[in-house]
Amino acid sequence: MIRNLSLVLLLAFATSSFANEIVTDSHIDARLRQLSTELRCLVCQNSTLADSDAPLAQDLRREIRKLMEAGKTDEEIVAYLVERYGDFVTFRPPVNASTALLWFGPFIMLIIGAITLVIVLKKRAAILTSEENAS
Amino acid sequence: MNPVIGHYALILALFVAALQAALPLAGLSKNNEKLFAFAAPMARIQSALIIFSFLILTYAFYANDFSVYYVAVTSNSHLPLIFRLAAVWGGHEGSMLFWVTILAVWTLAVTFFAKELPLRFRSSLLAVMGLLTVGFLMFILFTSNPFDRIFPAPFDGRDLNPLLQDPGMVFHPPLLYMGYVGFSVAFAFAIAALLDGRLDVTWARWTRPWTTAAWVFLTLGIALGSRWAYYELGWGGWWFWDAVENASFMPWLIGTALIHSLAVTEKRDAFKAWTVLLSICAFSLSLLGTFLVRSGVLTSVHAFATDPSRGLFILLFLVVVIGGALTLFALRAQSVGLGEKFDLVSRESFLLSNNLVLFTATASVLLGTLYPLLIDAMGMGKISVGPPYFDTVFVAIMVPGIFLMGIGPIASWKKASVPDLASKLKWALGISIISALLVPSVMGRLSPMIFVGLLMAFWVISSVLVAIKTRLKAIPGNDVVKKFKMFGPAFNGMLLAHFGLAIFIIGVTMVKGYEQEYDITMHSGETTVINGYDFTFKGTLPVTGPNYKSKQGQFYVTKDGKEIDLLTPEKRYYPVQGAVMTEASISINPVRDIYISLGEELEEGGWSIRIYFKPFVQWIWLGCLLMGLGGLLTMVDKRYRLKKKVTNNESAAT
Amino acid sequence: MKLKLILPLLLFVVLVGFLGKGLFLNPREVPSPLIGKPAPTFEAPVLGDSSKTFYTEEMKGKVWLLNMWASWCVACREEHPLLVEMRKHDIPLYGLAYKDVETNALAVLESMGDPYITTANDADGTIGIDYGVYGVPETYVIDKKGIIRYKQIGPITPEALRDTILPLLKELAV
Repeated sequence: MIRNLSLVLLLAFATSSFANEIVTDSHIDARLRQLSTELRCLVCQNSTLADSDAPLAQDLRREIRKLMEAGKTDEEIVAYLVERYGDFVTFRPPVNASTALLWFGPFIMLIIGAITLVIVLKKRAAILTSEENAS
Repeated sequence: MNPVIGHYALILALFVAALQAALPLAGLSKNNEKLFAFAAPMARIQSALIIFSFLILTYAFYANDFSVYYVAVTSNSHLPLIFRLAAVWGGHEGSMLFWVTILAVWTLAVTFFAKELPLRFRSSLLAVMGLLTVGFLMFILFTSNPFDRIFPAPFDGRDLNPLLQDPGMVFHPPLLYMGYVGFSVAFAFAIAALLDGRLDVTWARWTRPWTTAAWVFLTLGIALGSRWAYYELGWGGWWFWDAVENASFMPWLIGTALIHSLAVTEKRDAFKAWTVLLSICAFSLSLLGTFLVRSGVLTSVHAFATDPSRGLFILLFLVVVIGGALTLFALRAQSVGLGEKFDLVSRESFLLSNNLVLFTATASVLLGTLYPLLIDAMGMGKISVGPPYFDTVFVAIMVPGIFLMGIGPIASWKKASVPDLASKLKWALGISIISALLVPSVMGRLSPMIFVGLLMAFWVISSVLVAIKTRLKAIPGNDVVKKFKMFGPAFNGMLLAHFGLAIFIIGVTMVKGYEQEYDITMHSGETTVINGYDFTFKGTLPVTGPNYKSKQGQFYVTKDGKEIDLLTPEKRYYPVQGAVMTEASISINPVRDIYISLGEELEEGGWSIRIYFKPFVQWIWLGCLLMGLGGLLTMVDKRYRLKKKVTNNESAAT
Repeated sequence: MKLKLILPLLLFVVLVGFLGKGLFLNPREVPSPLIGKPAPTFEAPVLGDSSKTFYTEEMKGKVWLLNMWASWCVACREEHPLLVEMRKHDIPLYGLAYKDVETNALAVLESMGDPYITTANDADGTIGIDYGVYGVPETYVIDKKGIIRYKQIGPITPEALRDTILPLLKELAV
């Protein structure tokens, strides 16, 4: 599981000293970690690229690292993977016509629900008040 | 003991359950009171038969009877006894039998603890539960018989999946199933009420403790499952928004909504149709979960070996049960009356808006879970919907709900005033905002998500305190302790559950915001300093378990020269299944976990190692535990034990 | 008033429709987004003779099959006899040894027969990534213009060969 090649090399050189201080995550490490939690490991299918030790997952992480080092943005890297593996590879579905219901449906439902609730409550109170007055 | 007996007991149980359903229903349609008397005895006989059959299967596991096919594929003679017993529900067939056994337990509970219900209503209730039992028994007998034999019997079994060989497997499924199946009681209450035409305050009062009981089990079951995943899967995740996790979470969300709407129905005789619909939905989502796990329509880490005929059977069952229930709802729920009056701004309204939020949140989870299937079914390709979606949409929908949750308990019933609420809560809001900014400044990093999470948590906590203060003021007198004692378990339980949610939110926010992960390589004798902790790797020790061989890493963790912990993550090899498992080792304390798992062994005794720092992660499960305890507390409220009062109402009603 | 009460039932009916359809879909099969798109070009050393190089450019104007396989892949062994049979019928089959040790791959070809005109060696799996491979074996049908027309995920079955691949090859050859 040599996922973090540069770090491994770094440590190999540093083994002569007694203690190795890892000061901070390098910027790319952090980005890789973040991005790979949003990508699907295709072989094992239900874990993320970050959590999988499958060989393909390791290759893809290595590939993503290469792209990051080449200065590609996260969006470009996801696009690169989607081009090859389809939308299935990303756990963050793209926002388009076929996913509009997915992304916006719940919010629209909440708004319509809130309006309906207020109307129903008001109507209900009005009916009950008039009944009260009638009796 | 011959396993065939277990099979026969199930067949017999099927017939008795059919009578349990048919006789009271015939009584209902023919208005023949005598037939009602059959419900409870039939229910008890049927439940006893199912439990007996379950014990027979358990015995087959205990005795390593590999002539039973199911035992042969899920157990092994070297498997420790406790896991052999848990293996009873470790595969599809046994877990279905376990499902129906839990249903039998709930049925028995109804026959023993719901005696205050009028006979007619109780019999309809048992009839509905009998119908459910019939469906599940048919499913087991026709597609998934755990008592199938193989001849010749294999010398030994294929073993339980090593992932499941864990204490979590002993406790998680029973609690979870008690929760899932427990909603069948609320469902049966709803159907019986629709059949009987008795949707009223007493119905709501009867339903409440049963719903809460199921909800408590489900809360604890989900939490336990999450904690199990956390230490077992080796990467420190605790919730993945996996289809099967969602399948257990949706009934929980609807169950939570139901508990709150039952409060409105009980108090004001209002929104009865809505409450009935939620009762139907909670159990329907449990059934849907069963379908999703066992039919193979969705990919999931939890999925059982799939078989289309099983999927078809469960789908048919869903159509009959849910379709039937919703049809009955459409026919009978129209003339239920409005109930009593309450204002637009009132505790009732806050409870209902909480319902709206929880219902919408459930819809978002359902939509996210099924969307890949919808897209695929329409031939529009394959997509994945995972954590990034739910973390965005679900959380965004819950935020207003949690804001309202702070106000609800302080608002008065029937009529509340906005200026009064504002003056009571302005300090709570101010303190929450300041605390939500202060904590990140101590931790060293602030992001919008961290701020919102902490704000919500502190808002709930401070509003709980305001609710206590308001309540104390409302009770006349000066003796605070005496006044506090008058609060009543229902009120205390509610506050405790709300407080638990706040603790949960703190845990989630802190872990998501501040967790750190390190991938390193270490050789024996090396020390690495991470986050101010010294990790000294003393190599690995060979360990021989009952049914595995393991390499156990020895990591001494010290901070400023003081020993903190010895962590011993393992790499286990289970020869029967040829599986290698990673066992993480965790140093736990209230504010942070240090989590180590072994990666691959490298050349020359080196190991790749993952070390995680998980701040406040234990608060996640502590919060769930508090929620569960809160629920438990509300159940002991005397209101639900007033047998006399119920019978008085009953005589008044008839 | 009435519609409100029927709505849950209607939604449930729609849901059942989708669930029923879902029973007959395979959630694990992921269609390739590359179908109808140009096959990624690559050059790779030839398996068994690294002094030679395989260029996809050279395949322009030909209809060909690219089969990704590996010696460590069990399903590939299952498929292998059928590939050998296909080769006997002059189907233009090219191999790509995916993430394999060269000697292991050659040993399989030695013992089970070599169905490939040429096998390119993709030792580190980068070509595989370009083609969106997520599990070997996978087979691509590429037309004269270098466009991917079909992807077989998993072993080629006799049915898939008879009903899909052979008719497609016939159509593309024209």
